[in-house]
Amino acid sequence: MSMSMSLGLVADSFLALLILGLAVWTIAVRGTYAAVVGFVAYGLLVALVWVRLAAVDVALTEAALGSGLMGLLLLRAAACLPRDAAVPASGRVGRVALRVVVGVLCAGLTAVLAAVVLQLPEPAPSLAAAAAQVLPTTGLGNPVTGVLIAYRAIDTLLEAVVLVLALIGLWSLAADGAWGGRPGALRTREPGAALVLLAQLLPPVGILVGIHLFWTGANHPGGAFQGGAVLAAMWAIVLVAGLAAAPRVDGRRLRLVLVVGPALFFAIGLAGIWWADAFLGYPADWAKPLILVIEAALTLSIAAALGLLLAGPPAAEPGPGPVVGAAGQLSWKEQSSTDEHR
Amino acid sequence: MSLALSLFTIVCVSLGAVFFLAGTLGLLRFPDTLTRLHALTKADNLGLGLVVLGLLPQVDWPLGALKLIAVWLLALLAGATVGQVLGSAVRPPPVSGAGESTP
Repeated sequence: MSMSMSLGLVADSFLALLILGLAVWTIAVRGTYAAVVGFVAYGLLVALVWVRLAAVDVALTEAALGSGLMGLLLLRAAACLPRDAAVPASGRVGRVALRVVVGVLCAGLTAVLAAVVLQLPEPAPSLAAAAAQVLPTTGLGNPVTGVLIAYRAIDTLLEAVVLVLALIGLWSLAADGAWGGRPGALRTREPGAALVLLAQLLPPVGILVGIHLFWTGANHPGGAFQGGAVLAAMWAIVLVAGLAAAPRVDGRRLRLVLVVGPALFFAIGLAGIWWADAFLGYPADWAKPLILVIEAALTLSIAAALGLLLAGPPAAEPGPGPVVGAAGQLSWKEQSSTDEHR
Repeated sequence: MSLALSLFTIVCVSLGAVFFLAGTLGLLRFPDTLTRLHALTKADNLGLGLVVLGLLPQVDWPLGALKLIAVWLLALLAGATVGQVLGSAVRPPPVSGAGESTP
């Protein structure tokens, strides 16, 4: 017993040191790409910490969203930034000062959090017992899903809405002429044969894993956000490999898919006022099926929103097929002007 | 019997760890990107493969074992693809048809 505990302590200490070292390296490294790669590795190590803390739901979210999806977004942002060599010396000094300020602020925040954790009374106040006690009324086996979809459903509803708002914000960055067109950030000029093979082999497995994560979320770690993130990643691979084009952002069906999750969640929540005398309340016998319907619709909407966030704002397209240039430009300009007339 | 299986696990996982160590050393010490990629993918293929092989007697049959094997196969697929993509980024393949334009 004590042997395995001390072994665990050694592993945890090593993990903590590794994360601290990697965090310092990520801040100190000069290249933007290297910093992003460091950030992705950092996120995966943090996911391991969550596993060690027995919070597998959080670990899955951290690995899929915090590390994978954020990493891809940051890589794209890094690609838009000027190369280090192009930044004038005065700008570099400013960036170093900015890094020092950010580092000091983050270290201060960490110190405050550490102080708070160390001052917690023993045992720490917890709602876990109360949450576990009422869980059977929801028909769920995973208390995390119970908190997300039943006890604190309003938070999850707002999160799902925020994703759509974020997408609207991203789309508003499109150039006027490109509005209504296809997102272009994940287009690759010449995807290699290996990438195309990966995009053919991986999505069947990944789609299965994504749906499994949503389905198993009722009783085991998983849920709409983790499953949706995996589905979005599969979509991104297909887009990067050029096997399919991103959908036009003015498509009616695409927008329906984007809002069906939050809208259904909201509608069932409203109906709860009559069914269960509370906004976002569920009638006792129908809790589990309603939650599964909400989660299924949320998974679809989250996957679409995350995938489109990765795909970037609509951009001018070079035109389908080998014809690139003036003719293609003209055709989508006409298209967009007819859209404005509608 | 269970002792033999435990020994098998210990030997295989240790061998896998050796491959990971060697792969990490190669990643740090090898001179250029292509040889570093070689070291890295060896760690993924053989290191993870031996770890999975060693863990097979310790998990439920067949679901747990199939999951472990699937993890290894997916890591192989990802490693091979990343190796190809990084390799062609470092040393782009010769453009086909270049010989025609420059006789």
